[in-house]
Amino acid sequence: MTDTTNTEPSTPPRSQWYDVWHQFKAHKGALLGGIVFLVIVFGVFIGPLLWPYDATYIDIRSRNQGPSLAHPFGTDQLGRDLLARMMAGGQTSIAVGLTAMLLALGLGSFVGIIAGFFKKLDGPLMRLTDLFLALPILPLLLVMMMLFREPLSAAVGPERGIFILIVIAIGITSWMPTARIVRGDVLALKEREFVLAARSIGTSNKNMITRHILPNVLSPIMVSATLGIANAIITESALSFLGLGFPPDFPTWGRLLNDAVQYLQDYPERVFWPGLAISLTVLSVNYLGDGLRDALDPRIRGR
Amino acid sequence: MLTFTIRRLILAIPTLLFISLVIFLLLELAPGDPMAQVPLTVPPEVKEKMRLALGLGEPGYIRFYKWLVQFFWVEPQVLFDHMFGTTFSEGKLRIISWQHRGPVMDVVVERLPQTLWVVGMSYIVGILIALPIGIYSAYKQYSIFDQAGTFITMIGYSIPPFFTGPLVIVIFSVNLGWFPFIYDTTHEVVDWDSFVYQLRQMIMPVMVLALQTTAQISRYMRASMLDNLNQDYVRTARAKGLSERVVVMVHVLRNSMIPVVTVIALGLPAIFGGAIITEQVFSVNGIGAQLIGAIQANDLPTVQTLTFMFAFLIVFFNLIADVLYGILDPRIRYD
Repeated sequence: MTDTTNTEPSTPPRSQWYDVWHQFKAHKGALLGGIVFLVIVFGVFIGPLLWPYDATYIDIRSRNQGPSLAHPFGTDQLGRDLLARMMAGGQTSIAVGLTAMLLALGLGSFVGIIAGFFKKLDGPLMRLTDLFLALPILPLLLVMMMLFREPLSAAVGPERGIFILIVIAIGITSWMPTARIVRGDVLALKEREFVLAARSIGTSNKNMITRHILPNVLSPIMVSATLGIANAIITESALSFLGLGFPPDFPTWGRLLNDAVQYLQDYPERVFWPGLAISLTVLSVNYLGDGLRDALDPRIRGR
Repeated sequence: MLTFTIRRLILAIPTLLFISLVIFLLLELAPGDPMAQVPLTVPPEVKEKMRLALGLGEPGYIRFYKWLVQFFWVEPQVLFDHMFGTTFSEGKLRIISWQHRGPVMDVVVERLPQTLWVVGMSYIVGILIALPIGIYSAYKQYSIFDQAGTFITMIGYSIPPFFTGPLVIVIFSVNLGWFPFIYDTTHEVVDWDSFVYQLRQMIMPVMVLALQTTAQISRYMRASMLDNLNQDYVRTARAKGLSERVVVMVHVLRNSMIPVVTVIALGLPAIFGGAIITEQVFSVNGIGAQLIGAIQANDLPTVQTLTFMFAFLIVFFNLIADVLYGILDPRIRYD
């Protein structure tokens, strides 16, 4: 009789996600980026509940004030508290970023998986992706905003109309990189033995995609998700900055930046906060994506 | 190589047609009405005549065909006539802007030099800064320089030009007063002083655009150098007793430049897109500003033509990148 206690591993078994988390923790920038992003998200969504001023409350007597204890970021030309406006703007910007990212990700993953999995559709779908990649994105977005803003605003209300328009516009113009990456991974996966094994026991195409392919391409999709948030936030801010985004009284970070630029000569410090918020969010999300890419790549993990 | 280039050229034609169709359909399907700005006191039959005068009476496909003819046949003839004094284009209808009541291309030709100056300069400056940073940080991987360089390029990657623009204006114009606030497009270079003024007003927009370029290209340069530095041929070159300078600057650099050159070619149209924002920030009167103006004035022919020109640039530089890749890397050539 052999002693069975000796054959037991000395350390408890670790799950895959524990390994991912372990590797992710080692990337200091990514960890910091994730924390900063979470702080920003919680700040803009919970902050307004704690802060006494409303983003649209006009106090004309205290207009154009510098930073003070009552108004840490100062007030604007109508006496509205800029911290409250920053938080309200952040809600919109981050909501646009997340929704547009989800739309782009859904479209991109769908096209990528279908193109990689079905050989017949590969050619046409990839040509379509190439065509979309050749579109001039920013000019087209501007044109879309110009043409569809009024009818949509009339149909579902100004704020919601613009929100839907921006999300759809960004979504359908930024799915292409995801589609390409996912397609490449699916093509590689299809040659693996476990797919052959699943095929041999008669797995249907639908089950094959949802059970075997999708879980295995989750990591490139997650990395694209983080980069997609950054891209969507920048695009929304750019549109608002050019005056073709949300209506003027509706704060977003890009809109606040645009308002501040008009008072650049008299109150230059106003430019700082919205710009910093956009840059910090994008920077933290980019670092998060960098760390996730390393953590989810099993070849790098454990080094 | 020639068949490869020709095949790519032929592929570019349907792409361009598709894009022009997308732009046209987008403008066509849009529910906006070009007559919306006309006062309500104008009777409907006069409005209908104004519509016809703008060429809106005909069905969509005829207008699309006419626009294609104007863009690809009439406008090049005008250019040819202008250059050689011939009269091919006489009496032919050109693309007319609703805003200026004149040919769109005339305005584009007026505005293009401003954009080209700022964008071109910033791209060259950006590349010149990016390449040494990329080379050195790859050579000294994980050194302090590399860490700092990676961090700075990440920042340059993340900060949008509509923030860096106002930021440099606040620092260098408002606080320090070094550079002029607004880009003066009517300024002409006649002597040394005016040249210095031109240089001073160009520094800020060029800096803002160059930051973006630098961030992107130095990342690619670093990654590409790192891929090559561990290759066997590098060890061979060192073993032959070549100096470190020759190994890095000749052997490794030349091979690393292959992907970077194509990235440089691919990035150029994106820079034109980014210039739309930078032009807005610094009030540079280029084609980006023209596009924004046309969009605000609901000037559909100008919007259509300009958007298509941006698309043309993208397709053209994609083609150049493909061909360059084929020339530089013999492994890619599959003809």
